[in-house]
Amino acid sequence: MLRDITLGQYYQTDSVIHRLDPRVKLSGTILFILSLFFFKNYIGYLVAAAFLALVIKLSHVPFKFMIKGMKAIVFLLAITVCFNLFLTPGETLVALGKLTITKEGLSAAITMAVRLSMLIIGSSIMTLTTTPNHLTDGMEKGLRPLKKLHVPVHEIAMMMSIALRFIPILMEETDKIMKAQMARGADFESGSLIRRAKAMVPLLVPLFISAFRRANDLAMAMEARCYRGGEGRTKMKPLVYGKRDHLAYLSLLVYMIVSICLGRLSVPGIF
Amino acid sequence: MEIIRAKDVTYEYSKRDEEGNEIGVNTAVNQVSLEVRQGDFIAILGHNGSGKSTLAKHINAILTPTEGTVVVDGMDTRDEEKVWQIRQTAGMVFQNPDNQIIGQIVEEDVGFGPENMGVPTKEIWERVEESLKAVGMYGYRLHSPNKLSGGQKQRVSIAGVLAMHPKCIILDEPTAMLDPNGRKEVIRAARALNDVEGITIILITHYMEEIIHADRVFVMDQGKIAMQGTPKEVFSRVEELQRLRLDVPQVTLVAYELQKRGIPLPDGILTVDELAEALAAVRAKNLESGKV
Repeated sequence: MLRDITLGQYYQTDSVIHRLDPRVKLSGTILFILSLFFFKNYIGYLVAAAFLALVIKLSHVPFKFMIKGMKAIVFLLAITVCFNLFLTPGETLVALGKLTITKEGLSAAITMAVRLSMLIIGSSIMTLTTTPNHLTDGMEKGLRPLKKLHVPVHEIAMMMSIALRFIPILMEETDKIMKAQMARGADFESGSLIRRAKAMVPLLVPLFISAFRRANDLAMAMEARCYRGGEGRTKMKPLVYGKRDHLAYLSLLVYMIVSICLGRLSVPGIF
Repeated sequence: MEIIRAKDVTYEYSKRDEEGNEIGVNTAVNQVSLEVRQGDFIAILGHNGSGKSTLAKHINAILTPTEGTVVVDGMDTRDEEKVWQIRQTAGMVFQNPDNQIIGQIVEEDVGFGPENMGVPTKEIWERVEESLKAVGMYGYRLHSPNKLSGGQKQRVSIAGVLAMHPKCIILDEPTAMLDPNGRKEVIRAARALNDVEGITIILITHYMEEIIHADRVFVMDQGKIAMQGTPKEVFSRVEELQRLRLDVPQVTLVAYELQKRGIPLPDGILTVDELAEALAAVRAKNLESGKV
C-alpha cells in the first residue's frame, strides 16, 4: 500500500495541458498566483475564474480530483476566513455578543477565501498534469540563468529527482522496520503524544543508518556510471519548446493583461 | 589480447577505533595478479570478507591499489585523466538493485550512463533500446523500477551499464539479494552478453552453481588468490574448497563421495547430466567385464 504513494498526485491522462512543456506550466502557475494579488475588484476574480475553468476543462482532470486537494487546506481556509471576518475594524453589520462582523471584514474574508482556493486549484493543476520527473527537468532548465549566480541548479534538480525515486523505497523500509520492532513488542500506537514520539526513536535510528548506507551505495553506482555533475552532460529527453508552448505563453500573456487591467479598474464593488 | 592486467595488487586500509585513532592496517587484497582476455567469462569466488569485492572495485577505478598496478584496456587506473574512460570500458553492476537505479522510469535509468558521457540525444535512444532488448527488458521500458522484481531490476542495471558500450562488465555479487528464479535470470542475461556480444564478464559470487559456465575461475581467500583454473579443475579439489568455506554443488559432491567409495568417476563433474552419463558408462563397462 505504501508503495503507491506518489508526491504531488499526478493524474494520468492525455491532454493538451499534460503535453505542455513543464517550464510553461511552472511559469504559468507563478504568474497566475501573482495576478491574484493585483486585483482590486471582483471583475479580476471573474476573469481569473474563467481562465481557471478553461484550463481545467482542457486538462481533462475531473473537477472532483481538484476538490480533493482542497480538503487538506479547509482548516487553514476556515481560520483565515474567521480572522478576517471578526477582526477587521469598520462598519458593523452583525453583532454577536463581543464578536462583530463588519462590512469590511466580510469583504476581506470573501476575497481571502476566493484568492486562497484559486491559488490552491491553480497550483494543483500543475502537479496533477506534470510528472514529478518532468517538473524537476523543467526546474533545472528554467532556472538555468541562476547558474551565473553560482546556484547549483543541476545538483538541486538531481537531488530532487533522487529523493522522489527513494520515497517509496524508504517508505517500504519504514514499514519493514516498524513491523520488525512491533514483532519484538514495540508499541507505536498507544500512550501520550510524548510517549509516542519517544517510541519513534528506535524507528528513526535504523532508518537513518540505512538511508546513509543507501546514499553511499548510490553515489558509488553513479560514479561507476561516469556521473560527474551537470558539466558536459546530454539529455535523453531534452526540453524543446513547440508551437503548442508558444501558444500557451501567448494566451498566458493575454490573460495577464486582460485580468490585471480589468481587475484594477475602480468599479463600484458589490460590497 | 588482455583487457585487464592486475599485477601484485595490494589494497590496505587503516582500522580505526571509535575515536578515529588508527589502530592497525587491514589488507583487503594481498599481492594479487591476474589477467583477463577479451571475451572471457571469468568468475571470482570467495566467502564474505575474502577481498573479492575490493578487487572488483579496482577494475572500475573506484579504488586504486596501494601497491601494484591495474591496467584496463591499456589504461592505468591510477591515471586520473583516464578514470572516466576506464569506467566506460569496464562497467560495474552492484549487489543491491535498489541502490543503483537512479531513474524513475526504466528507460531513463538506462539512459543515465550515456547522458553522463555526453552522447547525443538520438544515439541515447538507440542505445537504450538495444540495451533493454539485449537483457529482455524492452517491454518494461516505461515501468517504474519500484514495481519490478529483483531479477528484473538487476537486468535493468545490466542494461544501464550496457548502454555505455563497455568492453567488460563486472558483476559484483549481482545475485546475492535475489531468489533462485531471479538469480537464473541475471546469470542467463550475463551469459548471453558474453556469447552474443563478446563482452568480457567478470562475475563475483559465492554461489557455486553460477560459475560452472565460466571460462576461468579464481577462488579468493584472505585477500589472496587461493585457487585458479577452469571450473572442472577447481571443482575437482572438493576438500580444498570446503576448507575455504565454499559450498560445492551437490552433484559434484555426490560424484566426489562416490569416487571415494571406489566408483571410477572422472574428476570435476558439474551437472546432473554429466554425472548420469558417467554413471551409465561405468555400468556399461561393468556389464561388459561381467562384474555385475
